[in-house]
Amino acid sequence: MTNAAIGRQPSKRRRPRRGAEHNPLVWCAVAVVMIFSLVPLYWLVNTSLKTGPDLSKASLTPPHPTFENYQAVLGDGDFLRALGNSLIVAATTTLLALAVASFAAYPLARLKMRGKFLILSIVLSVTTFPGIAIAAPMFSLWNDLGLYNTLVGLIIPYLTFTLPLSIYTLVSFFKEIPVELEEAAYIDGTSPFQAYYKVILPLAAPGIATVGILAFIFAWNEFLLAATLTYGPEARTVPVAIAFFTGASEYEQPLGTISAASVIISIPLILLVLIFQKKIVSGLTAGAVKG
Amino acid sequence: MVAPALILMAGVAGYPVLYAIWLSLHQYSVITPGLSRSVGLSNYIEQLTSPAWWTAVGNTFLFTAISVPLELLIGIGMALLLNIAFRFRTLLRSIVLLPYAVLTVVSAITWRTIFDPDLGLVSTMLNSLGLTDAGVVWLGQSGYAMTVVILADVWKTAPFVALLVLAGLQVIPADLREASQIDGAGAFRHFVSITLPLLWPAIALAMIFRTLDALRVFDLPFVLTRGAYGTETMSVLAYQTLRGNQLVGQGSAVSILTFVVVMLVSFLYIRFAGGNIRSVVKGGSR
Repeated sequence: MTNAAIGRQPSKRRRPRRGAEHNPLVWCAVAVVMIFSLVPLYWLVNTSLKTGPDLSKASLTPPHPTFENYQAVLGDGDFLRALGNSLIVAATTTLLALAVASFAAYPLARLKMRGKFLILSIVLSVTTFPGIAIAAPMFSLWNDLGLYNTLVGLIIPYLTFTLPLSIYTLVSFFKEIPVELEEAAYIDGTSPFQAYYKVILPLAAPGIATVGILAFIFAWNEFLLAATLTYGPEARTVPVAIAFFTGASEYEQPLGTISAASVIISIPLILLVLIFQKKIVSGLTAGAVKG
Repeated sequence: MVAPALILMAGVAGYPVLYAIWLSLHQYSVITPGLSRSVGLSNYIEQLTSPAWWTAVGNTFLFTAISVPLELLIGIGMALLLNIAFRFRTLLRSIVLLPYAVLTVVSAITWRTIFDPDLGLVSTMLNSLGLTDAGVVWLGQSGYAMTVVILADVWKTAPFVALLVLAGLQVIPADLREASQIDGAGAFRHFVSITLPLLWPAIALAMIFRTLDALRVFDLPFVLTRGAYGTETMSVLAYQTLRGNQLVGQGSAVSILTFVVVMLVSFLYIRFAGGNIRSVVKGGSR
């Protein structure tokens, strides 16, 4: 058997190796990975629980743990506004990306179209565009069109950057759905649109969830365009609000408050990633590893 | 039905790039919309002869050349560990994923708290060992600043590599290990001769994704140092020229140059790892 032939047996999974639990090397590696992953986050939380003079002292635990920073952040109108902006931008981007991408992905997965490979290649190449190449012209374009410093001005470019991967992921999910199901629907007298709406869409629900989560994470995370295309609290999203958080003077940034704000905006994303980790993995690797 | 998506992408990705090329050939006024004059290639000539541009190129490639291999090594290590069966494996996978779930901006702030001269973990540890005087401003010194930027990037994205590689590991059949055992291969030999070649597509994919992202890096150096102390990357330079100095023409020229550099590198990847990328695209169009 050649390597290539062996590689095409994805159903047979590597059987778990027994006895690994008694291997001290494994536990050492586990400890190193846990320290690497968790200690930085612990330090962020540690900092967020300190106020006043404690903030200029190094200590492994906060000497006087307090939620004052969290109260300050949650009482800050600009931060709450940014939180609201982020929610609106991320939710709208997600919904629109799902609507547009599923319509584009279905014919790409099913119909015999000329230049399908070319279309997918072009679509994917958009993901390699550096954000800054879009940011510079958008900045002056939005200035002229009056979309500068608006939420719509963020949603439009976000949609462009989420669409390529959304379409690509959905195409590979749609392909897994047997054509016979659709054919059965046609025999029962449905229109192509009905077949899509009533048969394909429900079956593709896991793929759609994956695409939605990835789009939401992108929009919640995005910084470069949000920083370039906004200037005030009206349209700032949370990453930008945190990056431009200033204290008493422009150059002194209140680390305690910033840390608390960072913890707050990370929680929704961490929950999302932990709950849907399997879906996210399948989205990131759709078609890529299966080859 | 594909049309709406294509029109949107052409409108929001294609048109701006063309517009950026136009802008980069002009001197453009932000104050009076529409007021501009053509200056030919002088914006490009100015950039290509300025040390700032070449420093930014050097910084970006330094960042990429160190962070991507580190991310691949650590990510592959994590994936191999997560592929071994032991108790709490699911828990460990969730923990490994945590840094990936954190926003990039938050990753920058996290590492700033670690390297803070007063309350930072690093200063605390060095002090308790009696190694340095308190208050080394890590982010205020060339070399150290880039190290922090790289650490923040590796910390956040090694889990992404781990996810891709783990998915690749899980489709390698288990009987291969039995077969190589019968042939007398040790665990290391098996890894080098069998696992690694079968894993290569996943590793190559992770490498391409990470390299293209690293060349565009903006969030981390911007939030950590605003591009000071040897951390000004191509994207940061473009942003500073555009927003800080309001030079739309110059900023567009830097953006287009960045774009060209990223495209050149992707082209080289496709040229030399071509089969892999083609199979990735085909995975969707099969």
